[in-house]
Amino acid sequence: MVAMTSKGSATVTLPTDEQILITREFDAPKHLVYKAWTTPELVRRWWSGERGEMTIAEIDLRVGGTWRYVMVAGGDLEVGFHGEFREIVPNERIISTEVFEGVPGVPGGEALNTLTLTEADGRTTLSVLVEHKTKEERDGHINSGMEGGMQESMDRLEQVAVSLG
Amino acid sequence: MLSFMARAATTTDAFNAVAEPRRREILDLLAGGERPVNDLVSLLGITQPQVSKHLRVLREVGAVEVRDVGRQRLYRLNGQALKPIHDWVSSYERTWSERFDRLDVVLEEINQKEEGDGGNDK
Repeated sequence: MVAMTSKGSATVTLPTDEQILITREFDAPKHLVYKAWTTPELVRRWWSGERGEMTIAEIDLRVGGTWRYVMVAGGDLEVGFHGEFREIVPNERIISTEVFEGVPGVPGGEALNTLTLTEADGRTTLSVLVEHKTKEERDGHINSGMEGGMQESMDRLEQVAVSLG
Repeated sequence: MLSFMARAATTTDAFNAVAEPRRREILDLLAGGERPVNDLVSLLGITQPQVSKHLRVLREVGAVEVRDVGRQRLYRLNGQALKPIHDWVSSYERTWSERFDRLDVVLEEINQKEEGDGGNDK
């Protein structure tokens, strides 16, 4: 079957001072979205978006297990993220922590991410709720694009960190 | 310099102003055009003092502007004051959109594969 794929765009809202909520609908059942989200070979293909290539995607999918993603942006900048799984409901919900491994001197706060998948008529609504400990950390991790005059490589690194944080 | 530093938290900050759900509702309503306070009160279903309090915060950061016409106070959105937020969110949104566009491709592929397998994977 060649379905008409209606591509949605991600919606980002700020429900509270500490939160970021990202939502998107997919033309696939939720067990497949879950599979693409939790299978390292598949994650490698989409997670870095247009920002670079992923070099590491490790997922130990069990409560207490850890994950770690590393990508190379702009040819030479390594950016890493890792965290721990706190709650796993297969095909429905994953709660995990996320830490930006950062650059020296930049504090990387730990965020709590909740992935939720809900399916209706074969389509899946995905939401990721990112909860930071403080408003400052939340704003810090996506506070980009507002200051000009940065060196290009720094700019790129920030974009990547912003996008993946 | 790489700017990961936290923004200063002040009450006269557009980010703070829109962090409150009711204030975002007010902004949504005003995005449709200028409105008197009474309109907002009836549309939001909260009291006039509550609405006024939120409008005051929004005025402080320049997110809304007010003018008096006869006995009515009319409020309107000032999009310029919200531009930093718009830019901030849309850059983040763009990145997630790119990521999800790639995920679409992966999903289409594993979906077809599964249908080819007769759905055994379910």
